[in-house]
Amino acid sequence: MKSSPPLSASASYIEGETKRARSMITPEGIPIPIIVASRSARIGALMLDLLILLFGLFIFELLVDLVAGGVGGDLESEVEGDASAAAEFLTVLSLILGFVVWYGYFLAQELGPRGATLGKRMLGIRVAARNGGRLTPEAVIARNLLRDVEIFFPIIYILVAIVLSLLGEIGGGFIWAALIWFLLFALFPCFNKDALRAGDIIAGTWVVEAPRTKLAEAISTQGAGAVEGTSEITGQRYEFGEAELSVYGERELQTLERMLREGNDEALYAVHAAICRKIGWDPGAGDERAFLEAFYTKLRARLENDMRFGKRKADKHS
Amino acid sequence: MKAPKVIGSLGGFFGRSALEAPADIESAALRSDRFRLERESDWRRLEEIIARMERGGLRGVDDEDLLALPTLYRTAASSLSVARETSLDMATLRYLEGLVQRAWFQVYGPRKGMFGWLREFFLGGWSRAIQALWLDICIALFVMVSGAFVGWLLVNQDKEWFYRLVSERMAQGRVPGASRETLEASIGVEQDTGGLSAFAAFLFSNNAGVCILAFALGFAFGIPSLLLLVHNMALLGAMVWVFGSAGLGYEFGGWLSVHGTTELFGILLAGAAGLHIGRSMAFPGTSGLLDAAAAAGRRSAVVMLGVVIMMIVAALLEAFPRQLVEGATNRYIIGGLFLVFWLSYFFLLRVPEPDSHPAADRGGQ
Repeated sequence: MKSSPPLSASASYIEGETKRARSMITPEGIPIPIIVASRSARIGALMLDLLILLFGLFIFELLVDLVAGGVGGDLESEVEGDASAAAEFLTVLSLILGFVVWYGYFLAQELGPRGATLGKRMLGIRVAARNGGRLTPEAVIARNLLRDVEIFFPIIYILVAIVLSLLGEIGGGFIWAALIWFLLFALFPCFNKDALRAGDIIAGTWVVEAPRTKLAEAISTQGAGAVEGTSEITGQRYEFGEAELSVYGERELQTLERMLREGNDEALYAVHAAICRKIGWDPGAGDERAFLEAFYTKLRARLENDMRFGKRKADKHS
Repeated sequence: MKAPKVIGSLGGFFGRSALEAPADIESAALRSDRFRLERESDWRRLEEIIARMERGGLRGVDDEDLLALPTLYRTAASSLSVARETSLDMATLRYLEGLVQRAWFQVYGPRKGMFGWLREFFLGGWSRAIQALWLDICIALFVMVSGAFVGWLLVNQDKEWFYRLVSERMAQGRVPGASRETLEASIGVEQDTGGLSAFAAFLFSNNAGVCILAFALGFAFGIPSLLLLVHNMALLGAMVWVFGSAGLGYEFGGWLSVHGTTELFGILLAGAAGLHIGRSMAFPGTSGLLDAAAAAGRRSAVVMLGVVIMMIVAALLEAFPRQLVEGATNRYIIGGLFLVFWLSYFFLLRVPEPDSHPAADRGGQ
């Protein structure tokens, strides 16, 4: 018997997740699964944060210009020294503010209860201590100080080197040196399995996914699963025998659960047909969902019953 | 199963969570579904408390919920371990895993706020971190002194070296063979105070940038940090030679010491912090490379926060007293007082580390 395509296609979906899966033991001794954030999510979060910062600074500059324009206009006719003092004050303010915002944005947010900047929150990731301990201010300071050397200094150097070499003041070698520096750090996360950047190593942190899963209704307590396998549409009652339920294992059950939740009708038809073929039933039409709900509930009941006796069936091959 | 009884009595104890158990618990066909339905309201209450904590720290949570939090957290954690052994409902398992993880981050989250941490930082944490770096500070100091000496020697030997070390823009006329008047004017007092605070702010962001660079370059085993120190100090040595040869050595020292004792000290600490990281990565000792780097990085980060503060002080000194106070002796007094202050604050203040709750800090390890 051939297996149905939809049920086996799911394997890759699950494996892609487990590649980044780690386990963290709580003080209660319970392992909590942790999924290391993907590299693309982290780049995306950085881009979002930069956009937010640049936009904020842009708005601020507009405001300063507005105020400065007002100050200049009012005082120009009066004492010239005062006008320049006000303008100087604004210059100082924007220099200091630039520094505070640049570091404060990351520090304050990563030390907050969510452990993530706005960009990270949007992509559902957060910073955590790698040893399972608490995230300390020291660690957050360390990982953010290093970001400058990893990304921003080399970018600035590359730009400066390009401009200077165009002017003919320095050779092209400087551009390459800056480029190597940039690539060395930028590609650093690609060469370790936890996607740590240099700042993460220094700080003892990593970036993990912070899922906010809602509790979905149990399939086995609704529809045909709840009423002893009786279909609402046809009133037919689905009963499965020992042999029919012993075909599949836990992986197939999980896949079936996911497909029932997604509720894609065409996929359900395909699965329905595949299961019927496998257990030797004649696939009817029109009542697929009820059939699958009933089959899911019975299969789960059987597998969970076996679990209680210490017998687990990982998938259909075991 | 005894668990339901315990939960039931807890619900009674904490009043609020009077379990609104769904009416159809008994009708649920699967045992694992009954397990879930019985505990669901506790999970949801925990989720709700956690969500409020994530939004606004502890402010949004009342006492009753706060008291219930540890119990609810353990309930959810034990539910998870039971569910792993008895349930194949992926929705429940995924939900519980996420919930326990989120709750864990809050229950074992930072105990001190930023404010409390800063208080501890100023009242001993800063000094303690610096004392822990004593060896690196000694090495960095040695490197800086030799750098300045080398710079002086090089220019002493061949004046051409000056132009290689100091860029045209930076020299601003302070070159070998410049007249005594030009040099004297460059270290005199400013005639008007305009522009000085902008100057200070510029100095600060410039110097803080150099310090952060010196620190972060420690990542490459500390060698670039040392090179940066040598370069900066060789520049200083060259300047000293220029002023010294014009017979202005004493005056230049005074001009420099106003902010220099603070600024050079800060650069020294930043270089030492970078070196500390580099050294711990090159020689991790008995712990693993990653653990050693992380421990060194956290210590150095504390020093670096201090360095940024020192740079603010240095920039203010550089912009105001240095340009406004006249007389080399007065300048020496200001600079000397600051040096004495930093030294005694860093090395005489010895506050033992407050209880750091080792069990919780180390988490599950």
